[in-house]
Amino acid sequence: MKPLLEVEDLVVDIPVAGGDLHAVRGIDLSVEKGETLCIVGESGCGKSLTSLAIMDLLPTKARRHAARIAFDGIEIQSLRPRQMADMRGDRMAMIFQEPMTSLNPSYTIGNQLIETYLAHRRTSTKEARDRAIDLLERVGITAAASRLAHYPHQLSGGLRQRVMIAMSLMCEPELIIADEPTTALDVTIQAQILLLLAELQRELGMAMILITHDLGVVARVADKVAVMYAGEIVEAGRATDVFASPSHPYTTGLLECIPVPGKTAPGARLGTIGGIVPSLVGDVAGCAFRDRCRFAAPTCAEPAPAQTASVGHSYRCWFPEGARMPSTVEGLVHGH
Amino acid sequence: MLYYSVKRFGLALLVAVVVSFLSFQLLFLASDPAIALAGEAATEEDIIAIREFYGFDRPVLVQYIDWLGRFIRGDFGYSYYFNLPVSELILGRLGVTFQLGLVAVLLAIVVAVPLGVAAAIRPNTIIDRTALVISVLGQAMPSFWFALVLIVVFSVNLRWLPASGADSWQHFILPTIVIAYFAMPAIMRLTRGGMIEVLSADYIRTAKAKGLRPFKVLFKHALRNAIIPVVSLAAVQFGFMLSGSIVVETIFAIDGAGQLAWESINRNDLATVQALILLFAMIYVMINFLADLLNAWLDPRVRVA
Amino acid sequence: MAAVDHNAPVEAAPSPHRAMLRRALAHGGVTIGAGLLLIIIVMAVIGPFLIAHGPYDQDLTARLVPPIWMEGGSWEHPFGTDQLGRDYLARLLYGARISLMIGFGTVFIAGTIGTVLGVAAGYFGGRVDMVVTFLISVRLSTPLVLVALAVVSIVGGSLQVVVLVLGLLLWDRFAVVMRASTMQLRAIEYVTAARAIGCSTPRILTREIMPNVMNNLIVVTTLEMAHAILLEAVLSFLGLGVKPPTPSWGLMIAEGREVLLFEPWLITIPGLALLTLVLSINLVGDGIRDVTSPEDR
Repeated sequence: MKPLLEVEDLVVDIPVAGGDLHAVRGIDLSVEKGETLCIVGESGCGKSLTSLAIMDLLPTKARRHAARIAFDGIEIQSLRPRQMADMRGDRMAMIFQEPMTSLNPSYTIGNQLIETYLAHRRTSTKEARDRAIDLLERVGITAAASRLAHYPHQLSGGLRQRVMIAMSLMCEPELIIADEPTTALDVTIQAQILLLLAELQRELGMAMILITHDLGVVARVADKVAVMYAGEIVEAGRATDVFASPSHPYTTGLLECIPVPGKTAPGARLGTIGGIVPSLVGDVAGCAFRDRCRFAAPTCAEPAPAQTASVGHSYRCWFPEGARMPSTVEGLVHGH
Repeated sequence: MLYYSVKRFGLALLVAVVVSFLSFQLLFLASDPAIALAGEAATEEDIIAIREFYGFDRPVLVQYIDWLGRFIRGDFGYSYYFNLPVSELILGRLGVTFQLGLVAVLLAIVVAVPLGVAAAIRPNTIIDRTALVISVLGQAMPSFWFALVLIVVFSVNLRWLPASGADSWQHFILPTIVIAYFAMPAIMRLTRGGMIEVLSADYIRTAKAKGLRPFKVLFKHALRNAIIPVVSLAAVQFGFMLSGSIVVETIFAIDGAGQLAWESINRNDLATVQALILLFAMIYVMINFLADLLNAWLDPRVRVA
Repeated sequence: MAAVDHNAPVEAAPSPHRAMLRRALAHGGVTIGAGLLLIIIVMAVIGPFLIAHGPYDQDLTARLVPPIWMEGGSWEHPFGTDQLGRDYLARLLYGARISLMIGFGTVFIAGTIGTVLGVAAGYFGGRVDMVVTFLISVRLSTPLVLVALAVVSIVGGSLQVVVLVLGLLLWDRFAVVMRASTMQLRAIEYVTAARAIGCSTPRILTREIMPNVMNNLIVVTTLEMAHAILLEAVLSFLGLGVKPPTPSWGLMIAEGREVLLFEPWLITIPGLALLTLVLSINLVGDGIRDVTSPEDR
């Protein structure tokens, strides 16, 4: 089956003082219809820019190029801005990180929900309104009809994010991209929102790209996982495979940082990854993780080759699992 | 919203009272108001008579309250130079000034807002640079000099427009341009700055992500939020314009409140000067109050609290 | 090892002040503005010594001599003479002194009043803030030109009176800006920390607040200086500023207006001088704002 979204060799550069910031450095992604892909990685690794690049919503000074960004077989890089605008909100939708600021403070949520529908469908305001009410109820908002007249500032963060979700669903998109949709919310609300998203996705048969740094969430909802580090995907595969046999040292490190029920012994110390992400300004060569890697060797200064762990599960590292030797140089472990 | 309005109104009233006291005090800047009023040719008896007639021998506060009371009832005193009640005098002149100011501020908005929006959408381009030069020049240009230059060019050399008077609409073209250009730079800069800030807001990205057309993103989602502070500014500009009308009306010989102010100052007609200061201040306070309300109404975060 | 880490970027990048200076020099507006301003100041200071005529020397045999670039002009009077045969260049140079004195004098008075009120309001908040905010509203409601004209006409016009009147009227923007910046600073941790360790109020104000509001103060100072210079010109133009025969540019324009139809250069020259001075001060002010907070213009 042809994937719904295919991204090949996506690069995003941002000009900054002192050269180009290579924020996304040649990543490949594919999402099938109805599938959930989770992109994980720490802040600043290029997750958000990847999603904005797919939606063609990058900040004006950022430059995007890719061998291929195909949505349902359509190369979106060759679309005119108008055609791309028609695609956004209709066939592909996005939910952002900040529900507090992502809604326009000057218009009622009803207005903002309805305009999405009217932008893509030839229909009456009445019908758009009914759909908005329907969706608000669907995302768990009570008294939906009366909420339409409310302004964003009258709603709590959790409610606003529910509104954002409803808004993204107005035109029944085939792909929904959720960029850390719960980081700005209270911990108690986070789980509710994520479960709601997963449930709606299953129900409506949408594909979803969920960007998060919460591996616990990934374990629950992901079909596929892509682990990003410093603008690259260092490991990708089916979620079950990646969790069962994490193959890149960074993934291993990430997994050691969270407790896994049944795996982590009670009272055991959780891991940490020392060091910081290297600067991506100017020329970046070799494995970007080498300064923080336990197994780093001189070869790691060269670009790391792709290795296959199992069918559909690959990672980028010079050393296949089992061939790794803890490096003896102290400075390589923590410093840089 | 009601509480907000009442609070604002109370504050505006208090400001007006203090300004009125200050403007009343102006009279006492002159060592003896009676001497100032009597003029140079007055005798000692005249001065004493004036002092008693006006009640200058009473305590200042009593005089003030008396004056304010009459002012509120619409009795602004009597102008001996123009030989008319001040209220009648001012009322006859205020219309022209208002009309001139209103048209000029509207012209400024009509030019400055689109220019500011264009500059914000394409920062650091030719449009932006042009807008910047226009606004920087406008801020540095002495308006009285600009008025004279316009007269030299359009009235003297080209003979297109009349240089002075207020008989036809052509007479108002040059004065309107002068005042509008004076008000424009600030409006343009605020629009540009506001638009740039708003365009980088998260909700603009949301609007784009919904697939709205750029026109709608710009004018429905961005401008609506960027325009809120511009409304107050335009009101403030209108207030400044009242004061600025003195210069423009004097140069173009338009017999509005501005020229009246200049004449009455020159003729030591203190009753008229005081009334004008207080009136201008009250108009400014009132416009600001209305702008505040309009602002609150435009911003749902204040309106629906 | 941590120390090494911190040093690396510091060595690579210049110190913040240097960086700011470099950005200022790279900024077109600041360079042009500061250059023009410097030229005007130098000319105002030494110019009058370099020319033969004084600003008050009348020569009724040489009235309304046109400037050098017009027919009939001569190097004797490069900018021509006015109706009383006074050398226009000499008057222009003395006029620059007047404008600069007005500018500096006014911002000194207004800046002191406005800064004290603004910093007090921002730092102490509460009642103090309420009173200062109210005073600002009152000041903004008083019609500026009208009150200035009225006061000068009652008290009598002179350079000192104009400086005093403008100084007492133009403090509002200082107060507004200083209030806002002080408020912002107060909320920042190091000021809270200084309070927590028991630093005295005067010490916090002078050591922590003032140095950090300096940039904003400089910006307002330049913009208000330009404002004051323009206002003096307006007052003098209307005949209620400095008294003739003082060579104020506004007064020169007013005098030139009488022969506007025949000798328009009499108003063009002082007008352009005024425009250039105000423009250069504004460019410097805007530039400093750009350089110190690059986000907004």
